[in-house]
Amino acid sequence: MRRLDILMALVVGLSVWQVIVWLSGVPHFILPAPGRVAQTMFESREIIWENLLVTAWEVALGLVIGTGLGVATAIQLALSKTAERIMLPILVFTQAVPVFALAPVLTLWLGYGIASKIAMAVLIIYFPVTSAFYDGLRATPRGMVDLARVMGASETRLLWRVRVPHAVPSLGTGLRLAAVYAPIGAVIGEWVGASKGLGYLMLLANGRAKIDLMFAALVTLACLTVLLHWGVGKLAARLDRFARGG
Amino acid sequence: MSKPPGIGVTGSLTLGGQRLFDGLDLRVPAGEWTCLLGPSGVGKSTILRLILGLETGGVLDGEVTASDGAPLAPRCGYMAQEDLLLPWRDVRGNVALGADLRGEARGDVDALIARVGLAEHAGKTPRALSGGMRQRVALARTLREDRPVVLLDEPFSALDAGTRAEMQELAAEVLRGRTVLLVTHDPAEAIRLGHHVKVLTTEGLEDWPLPEGEPIRATDAPEVLSAQAALLKHLRKVRA
Repeated sequence: MRRLDILMALVVGLSVWQVIVWLSGVPHFILPAPGRVAQTMFESREIIWENLLVTAWEVALGLVIGTGLGVATAIQLALSKTAERIMLPILVFTQAVPVFALAPVLTLWLGYGIASKIAMAVLIIYFPVTSAFYDGLRATPRGMVDLARVMGASETRLLWRVRVPHAVPSLGTGLRLAAVYAPIGAVIGEWVGASKGLGYLMLLANGRAKIDLMFAALVTLACLTVLLHWGVGKLAARLDRFARGG
Repeated sequence: MSKPPGIGVTGSLTLGGQRLFDGLDLRVPAGEWTCLLGPSGVGKSTILRLILGLETGGVLDGEVTASDGAPLAPRCGYMAQEDLLLPWRDVRGNVALGADLRGEARGDVDALIARVGLAEHAGKTPRALSGGMRQRVALARTLREDRPVVLLDEPFSALDAGTRAEMQELAAEVLRGRTVLLVTHDPAEAIRLGHHVKVLTTEGLEDWPLPEGEPIRATDAPEVLSAQAALLKHLRKVRA
């Protein structure tokens, strides 16, 4: 996406928002105009920044831990047929349970601190990362695997020197999804029970009818997600370039 | 490199409940090129996989043996139609792949790269190379393995005519003295390169007569052209 395209999308989005406010005549405590939200963002920058840092930290740790667990699981599945037979059905079954429904339980178990929010982010990204990377590991061309076996490669060396490098673009695809999902997990965790974070700030502002502050927190959260998606997209592109040979 | 053994593949192979071949008795003489032709699906590549000890999806009622009685698969090198280069490794890394996979020292891979005429391209990744150059890298990788038996599965079939002829000459030169089994669909290639040519059909395996003289044979010699034409005619017949 070119910078000009992003700028254009931003201008169009804000214009539509402003036009809806003008035409509908909705009061500002229901739908504040973009200008009013921007003004609130500036005036409340300290409280927004403070809560942004908390959410960003939850998301970052969730991404790192969730990716690590997902990669480790995918490798285990690829290495062991027994693990594949036992774990795959469990993984699929866990996806039948909505992660959001687990938020109250996680808060009960892990408390109101950041641990339960990190756990939510981890849970929500674990499956996409595992699934994408595992698919990549399985998709190693048969000829490459045969050649490595003819050369006398052990399963471990075959994995690390052939299958994993071949699968890193798939991992990049999983990470792109994770970058979008992780903030959702963290914010849901904050909604269920927290004393800090953008999700908590949104609830707090909503409860006090400070809708402009709620929107300011929402816009900040959207910016965080977009930034994360951009950064992870760059990383995924690098992984892709590596696997294609530059 | 240890002394190259001869290869024997005998027996029947059942694949998905059906006999792929029955009563096969393939003998590949030591230190020479044997070319194996036949219609698609008759089991040529499966024979290579059996010799390499790779999964075929079938059950062999027979045996794969080396003339010296020692295990065969660990002494085999392999080159396929696809170059099978790892895109993220440069030419050096690809040539040294086997050594890296076994945890051995790479050795002088640059000398091997120079031998296949790619000294100036040693630091490039496969995407920067032409199809012919990529197959040269694959050949250097096979040489790095230094195996007395080399199995070639249509390695030159995707190359243009000129590059293919060059690669045939290069392969014949650098693999001289090894036991080579080349699976090919190209009668001209078989007549040009083979000390022995065998045709595999559903009816069985037959030896095909070759012109006088040692390979690599001149492509424009009348007796070579005549043998190619006769082999092509035969292949068309067995296909029908």
